[in-house]
Amino acid sequence: MKTNLFNMQWLLHLIFIMYIAVTLVPLLLVFMVSITDERTLTLKGYSLFPEKLSFTSYNYLFNDSFVILNAYGVTIAVTVIGTLVGLLLTALFAYPISRKDFPFRKWLTLYIFITLLFNGGLVPWYLVYTNLLGINNSLVSLIVPGLLLNAFNIIIMRTFFTTTSPPALIECAQIDGAGEFRIFFQIILRLSLPVMATIGLFYTLAYWNSWFNSLIFISDREKYTLQYLLNKILLDINFILNSPGNTSQSRLLSLVPTETVRMAMAVIGTGPIILAYPFFQKYIIQGMTIGAVKG
Amino acid sequence: MNPTQISISSKIIDVPKKSLWTLIKKYKVLLIMTLPGLIYFFFNNYLPMVGVLIAFKNIDYAKGIWASDWVGLSNFEFLFSTEDAFIITRNTVLYNLVFIFLNITIAVSVALLLNEIRRKLASRFYQSIILIPFLLSAVILGYLAYSFLSIEYGFINKLILEPLGINAISWYSEPKYWPFILVIVNTWKSVGYYSVIYLAAIMGINSEYYEAAKLDGAGRWQQMKSITIPLITPVIMIMFLLQVGGVFYADFGLFYQVTLNSGAILSTTNVIDTYVYRALLQMGNVGMASAAGLYQSVLGFLLIYGTNYIVSKVNDENALF
Repeated sequence: MKTNLFNMQWLLHLIFIMYIAVTLVPLLLVFMVSITDERTLTLKGYSLFPEKLSFTSYNYLFNDSFVILNAYGVTIAVTVIGTLVGLLLTALFAYPISRKDFPFRKWLTLYIFITLLFNGGLVPWYLVYTNLLGINNSLVSLIVPGLLLNAFNIIIMRTFFTTTSPPALIECAQIDGAGEFRIFFQIILRLSLPVMATIGLFYTLAYWNSWFNSLIFISDREKYTLQYLLNKILLDINFILNSPGNTSQSRLLSLVPTETVRMAMAVIGTGPIILAYPFFQKYIIQGMTIGAVKG
Repeated sequence: MNPTQISISSKIIDVPKKSLWTLIKKYKVLLIMTLPGLIYFFFNNYLPMVGVLIAFKNIDYAKGIWASDWVGLSNFEFLFSTEDAFIITRNTVLYNLVFIFLNITIAVSVALLLNEIRRKLASRFYQSIILIPFLLSAVILGYLAYSFLSIEYGFINKLILEPLGINAISWYSEPKYWPFILVIVNTWKSVGYYSVIYLAAIMGINSEYYEAAKLDGAGRWQQMKSITIPLITPVIMIMFLLQVGGVFYADFGLFYQVTLNSGAILSTTNVIDTYVYRALLQMGNVGMASAAGLYQSVLGFLLIYGTNYIVSKVNDENALF
């Protein structure tokens, strides 16, 4: 019996080690290509174990390409502003609908719940932002449309508020003369740091990974987000080679390691997230768990 | 204790029937808090819902959107007169059905297996790694797929097919391979995410059930079959419903980025979402795009409503609303 169980455990570990390999190999492949010597690559193709390594692609990216630094800047700005504003507005909406004594609670919950069920589709949505509000080709269009608020996050946060902020606590504060805003900022938010961290991470991920808004709203290349720039480069490496701001030397195509530069771009586009992942994974798993349980 | 408390306090609120205006005045601060959200959803969600009506118009930017002429169903006639309407519907639905089936069966199995691992540290480590694809953007998925499929240097052509003496395949122009590629990529991307959700549901099961079962002499397999699976069925149902409700909505990122927007493989990769995008922004055909969009919205709504109705008839607790 005991040996049998022991073997079962080994089999389980074997299965998961294979699963992990399947998850990590594609990422590793992209990374290895990015540090492969360009000539080796043209001869042997993409390989996990390249014969000759070279870091020229990174050298090129960091020294020669103004476009990439610019896209990095746009993405960081969009991520920081979007996360802070989105988080604040989510909490501001979630708090009132978590209050049992608030008579408009049901209507407001329904108001956001409907947005999960029915959807007008891309065309009218696009026209609202471009034609009616006229925000296309601006940084606002990278932050607001589709990303700034969503019903799921509000429902997760509402569920959290109802469990951490008992009505008695709020009544106490009211008796002591605290106004609603004061209760919200000084009591509720302070008691809710875990859920703020979780939702904040969801926002950070969503903004960091965003490319769709650039695809449909942005026409100036200096406003592209990093992920959208990556997309452009995958479709056409010349996009980065011919960009203004590159030094004349690197414009000589033959000098630029095109294939490896592409993959190096992918690495610097996801690198920060993968590196930070061990520190924030706890909150992500937490958020998914609250989200999965019916709100 | 709680129920009486609630009923008393609700009486205090309800019995002296206050007018709407006094309630608004009393709760004005809380209402002000929700104002940014109200405005946001109004523009981002509700206006577009009304805006689906442009599918019945012939949009002329010179006249303005609302002043454009009503044309009845002609946009729809145009859409359904092409072969595209059938192809995009077929692709969207079939891909999603396969995705749902694999996402549920594989992810539930993975979660059950993860739960059997004795060393909790190891199980937590596996969990963290399999969640990584969930963090990546669709653009990066496109890169990962490209590193395998690139015609000249790709891993498959260069390191697998060439040594076997098989000619390189130009993946991005051969439609027949794409159903497999997209299913593999989507499974790679989603299974970890769903596994973590199911595992959370399993962890939430009261351990007393297992202790009682052990006393009665049930083995691991029997415990899994008679306790774990029945008790996570509600979560599986919710995930199933959420996904079935979205059968007419495709993951735009997957179908646009992983295929590199290649035109040669559209017969097996074009879905409603990519079709609407192309019609609107690449061909500038607003009428056709909005007709396809409305078609999608209506089917999607009926489906969500219908599945929820059926589920609530079978077992009210598993229904979403």
